[in-house]
Amino acid sequence: MMNNKSNNSIYKKLATRSLALLFAFGMVSCTDDDDNPMEVLEEEVITTMNVTLTANGSTVTLQSKDLDADGPNAPETTITGNFLANTTYTGSIELLNETVTPIEDVTEEIEEKKEEHQFFFTTTGSVDNVTYNDEDADNNPIGLSFTLTTGDSGSGSIQITLRHEPKKPNDGSLADAGGETDIAQTFTITVQ
Amino acid sequence: MKYGYLLFLLCLVFNHTQAQSCNLILQGTIIDYHDNTPLNEAIITISGTTQQTISAIDGTFYFTALCPGILELEIAHHACKSLFVPLDLQENTFKEIRLEHHLEALEEVEVTGRSNNKSSSAHEAFLTASTISKNMGGTLGDALKELAGITTLSTGAAIVKPVIHGLSGSRVLILNNNVRMQDMEWGEEHAPNIDMNTNKNIQIIKGAAALEFGGDAIAGVIKLLPEPVARQDSLYGQTQTQLFSNGKGGALSTTLIKSYESGLFIKGQGSFKRLGDLNTPDYLLTNTGVLERGISFTVSKRDFRQGWEAYYALFDAEIGILRASHIGNVDDFITAVNIKQPNTQNDFSYAINNPKQEVQHQLVKASFYQRFEGLGKWTTQYDFQKNHRFEYDIRLGADADKAALDLQLTTHSLATDLKIDAWQNAKFKVGLLGRHQANIANPLTGVRRLIPDYMSQNYGAFITVDHRLTDNLLIDGGLRYDFTQIDAKKFYRTSRWEERGYDATFSTIVTQDLGTQLLTNPVFQYHAIAATAGIIYKLDDDLTLRGNFSFSQRAPNPSELFSDGLHHSAARIELGDLNIKSESASNISVAIEKDSELWGFVLSPYINTINDFILLDPTGVEFTIRGAFPVWSYRQTNAQLVGLDFTAYGKWSSHVRTDHTFSLVYGTDKSLRAPLINIPPPSFTNTISYTNQRWNNLTLGLTSEYVFRQNNTPPNIAVFSPEQQATVVLEINTPPEAYHLLRLHTEIDFELKNNKKITLGLQATNLGDTKYRAYLNRLRYFVDDLGRNISTRILFNY
Repeated sequence: MMNNKSNNSIYKKLATRSLALLFAFGMVSCTDDDDNPMEVLEEEVITTMNVTLTANGSTVTLQSKDLDADGPNAPETTITGNFLANTTYTGSIELLNETVTPIEDVTEEIEEKKEEHQFFFTTTGSVDNVTYNDEDADNNPIGLSFTLTTGDSGSGSIQITLRHEPKKPNDGSLADAGGETDIAQTFTITVQ
Repeated sequence: MKYGYLLFLLCLVFNHTQAQSCNLILQGTIIDYHDNTPLNEAIITISGTTQQTISAIDGTFYFTALCPGILELEIAHHACKSLFVPLDLQENTFKEIRLEHHLEALEEVEVTGRSNNKSSSAHEAFLTASTISKNMGGTLGDALKELAGITTLSTGAAIVKPVIHGLSGSRVLILNNNVRMQDMEWGEEHAPNIDMNTNKNIQIIKGAAALEFGGDAIAGVIKLLPEPVARQDSLYGQTQTQLFSNGKGGALSTTLIKSYESGLFIKGQGSFKRLGDLNTPDYLLTNTGVLERGISFTVSKRDFRQGWEAYYALFDAEIGILRASHIGNVDDFITAVNIKQPNTQNDFSYAINNPKQEVQHQLVKASFYQRFEGLGKWTTQYDFQKNHRFEYDIRLGADADKAALDLQLTTHSLATDLKIDAWQNAKFKVGLLGRHQANIANPLTGVRRLIPDYMSQNYGAFITVDHRLTDNLLIDGGLRYDFTQIDAKKFYRTSRWEERGYDATFSTIVTQDLGTQLLTNPVFQYHAIAATAGIIYKLDDDLTLRGNFSFSQRAPNPSELFSDGLHHSAARIELGDLNIKSESASNISVAIEKDSELWGFVLSPYINTINDFILLDPTGVEFTIRGAFPVWSYRQTNAQLVGLDFTAYGKWSSHVRTDHTFSLVYGTDKSLRAPLINIPPPSFTNTISYTNQRWNNLTLGLTSEYVFRQNNTPPNIAVFSPEQQATVVLEINTPPEAYHLLRLHTEIDFELKNNKKITLGLQATNLGDTKYRAYLNRLRYFVDDLGRNISTRILFNY
C-alpha cells in the first residue's frame, strides 16, 4: 500500500508525542516530599473516669481507664477502698483525656454544656439507690455530683452511663432518655 | 474609427478567451477519508450550474468543457454530509477529494439521537433522555434504578450509590463527561458527586468498551455524557424547575448554549437544589435536609478533522445525616433497632445541623483530538479533580463546629488513545494512561484520621478490537494492564498494630515510634490484568445473541487497606487490612434480545466468580469506655454472584405500552459457604403507560415495584451488652420485609412560537404512602423509608 510509509510516520509521531506527554507527567508527579504528616491531637476523647465516694472520712474510688480509646484494648477498671453497709456516700465524677500532655480535664466541658448531658446510674444488689446532687439551668439533673446509699453487706453493681443530648427531662431510664452514649461502664462492688 | 478598433480588439480578446477557456477538463476521484477506498455513487455538482455527474465504481468522475475561473464543487453521498470544495480552475486538473462517510464517526460532529452502543458483546443499557429529565431532582442512583440489574446502596435519601449486579463502590466506575470520578467512592456513606443536571445521556457499559476506562470496573462503567451540540449558529437553552412535597423543597437548573456553524460552542449550566427534613408515612426524619449547588462551563470546537474541549465543573453538596442514626455504642444501637422508630424527632426544618457531610468536587478537563487520513483518530485528555470532603459529628464545646473528618483528594490524569478505523470490518483502539493522586487529611480536626495521607500512581495501557466476521457475526475483545503504587504515611495506635499482628509482618515499615502511636510508611504495588472477549450474533432482524467473558483485577482501595477507627454514624469500628491483595473477577454473561415493532425482551443471565473478593462485614466486638462496638473488618474470600436480568416491553396499541423488569442475584461466600452481605433482593417492576402525540404528547404512566425479602443473608452476630449485662443477638443482618410501591408519572408538552417548548410533569412516588424498609438502605436499622412524594416539573426549552 502506498500509505504504509505515511502511516508509519504517523504512528511514530503519535508514539513519541504520547510517550513524551506521559513522561512529562511522570516527572511532575514524582516530586515526592518526605515530610511526615502531623500527629493528630485527639480532642474531647475521654480516657478516664474517676468516681470518688466519701462517707465519714472513708473514701472509695472507682476508676475506668481506656488509654487507647477506640483501640482494641478494653478499659481497665480499678476499685480502691471498701463500701460500708447502710452508708450514705457523697459522690463526684471526674473525666480526663490522658492521651494529651498536659492531661485535659473533660469534666469542665460537661459542666459548660450541662443542659446537653446527663449521667445515669443503674444499680443492683447491695446498692440501695443513687440520687442526683446537681442541676442544670432547667432544674434537670446532671450527675457530676450525687449521693449513693448502700444497703446490707453483699455484692452489687453500679453502672454509670453518660449520655450526650439526651431527652431532658426524662423518667430517669436510659430508654426514655435516648441520646448518644459517651461513657458506659459497670463496676462490680462488694459492700462490707 | 478609434473606438471601432478598440471594440475589435475587445471582441478579439473576448472571443479568444471564450474559445480558449471553456474546454477545460476536471477529473477526480472520491476517496473514503478513513481507509482510502474509492467511493462510488457520489453526486458531484458544480455549484450554481446544472452540471452534475456521479462517481464511478472506482470513485472517478470528470467534467468537460469547463471555463477557467473559480468554481465550487458540491459532493454529496448518501449517509454523508455534503462537502463543498472550492477550486481555481486554470488548466486541465486532477483533483482527489476525501469524503467522510462513516456514520459512526459523523456522530461526533452531528447531533446524535440515542447513542446507545449496541455493538458490545456484553449486554449494555442506557437511560432515555426523558427518564433522566424526570429524575433530575433526584440522585444518579435513583435514576439508574430504572434499569434491570441496577439497585442502590444508600445511607438515607441523599447518599445513594449505584449497585450493578450486586457490586458497588470501587467496582463501579463512574465517568462524568469522560472523566473518571475520583471522589472517595470507597466508603459506604459516600455518594458520587454528580450533578444530574449536567448530563443528558447515561449508559452502562461493560466488556471491551469498559476496558478503555479502567480494568478494575468489575461491575461495569456508568458513563454520563452531556447533550451533543449541533453545528449551527444558534443560541438556545433549557430551564427546569421542580417542586417536591416530601422535604418541601425544589430544584432549579438552567443551561444556555451558544453554538456556531464552525463547530465552536460555549455552554454554561447552573443548578440548585434545596430540601428540608424528609418524612416517612408516620414521622419526620430530623436533619435529613440537602443543599446542592452546581455550575459547569464548556468551550469546545469540534470539526471532523480535529477538535478540542475545555470543561470546568463545580459541585457542592451539604447533606444532613439523620440525627437518630448517629448513636453512641452497641447498646444505643440495640435500643434503636428494638424501638423501630427514631428517638430524636424535632419539628420540620430546612436547617442542616450536625451530623452532616459537606463535599465540594471540582473538575477541569482539556481534551484534543486529531484525525489522520487512512488511519484513525487520536485523542488526548488531561483532567484534574479536587474532592474536598468534610464530615461533621456531634461534638463538644469549642469543637462543636469543627469537622471530624477533612480530606482533600487531588487527582491528575493524562490519557491518550488512538482509534484505528481504517479498515471496514475491524476497529482497534489502543491507549495509555497516567494518573497521580494525593490525599491529605487535615490533622487539626482533633480526631484520628480515618484515611491516612497517601500518594498513588497508576499507569495503564490497553488495546481493544472489534471485528465484523460476517454481516451477522461480530467479535470483540480487549486487553489491559495497570500498575498501581500506593505510598501512605499512617499513624497506628501501638495497641492496634499489635492486635492486628503487624508487628510480626510489617515491622520494617515503621518509621517512627511515638510511644502510644507508630508512624508507618506502607508502600504497596499492584499489577492488574484485565481481558475480555465476546461475540454478537444476529439470528435475524429482531433477534440478537450476545456472549461475553471478562476477567478483571482490582487493586484494594485506601479504605480497604487503611480504615482504622470508629464510625459514629454507624456505631461501628471499621478495620482495614494491610495484607489485602487484589481481587480477580471472572464474569460470564449471555444475553438474548428480541426487538420488534410490537414487543421485545432481553434475557441475560450471568455468573461472576470473584477470587479474593474484598468485603466488609461484622466480625466481633470491642470494648471501650464508651461501651461496646461491633467491629466490621475488611476481609477476603472467594465469592460467586449468579444472577438474571429480564426486561420486556409490549406495544398493545399505538398509545399503550407496558414495560416489565425482573432482577435476581444470588451471592455466596464460597469459602464460608454462607450468603454474602448486602446483596440486593429480587425485584419485579411493571409499568403501564399511555402516550398520545396528538394530545400534546400526553404521557400517563403507572409503575408498580415489588421488592422481595432478601432471605439470603449472613447470620446475625451476638454481642455482650454492658447495659443488659448479658449477651444479646444484634440483628444487624435481619432483612426487612418485602414491599410494594406505586409510582405515577404524567407529562404534557406545549409547543410555543419560535421552536420553544414547555413540558409540564406531575409525579408521585410511593403513591400509597406505604411503610417499608429497604435492605440496602443503612438507615433501615433506625427508621422507615420515605413516604409519598408528589413533585411537579416545568421544563422550558427555548
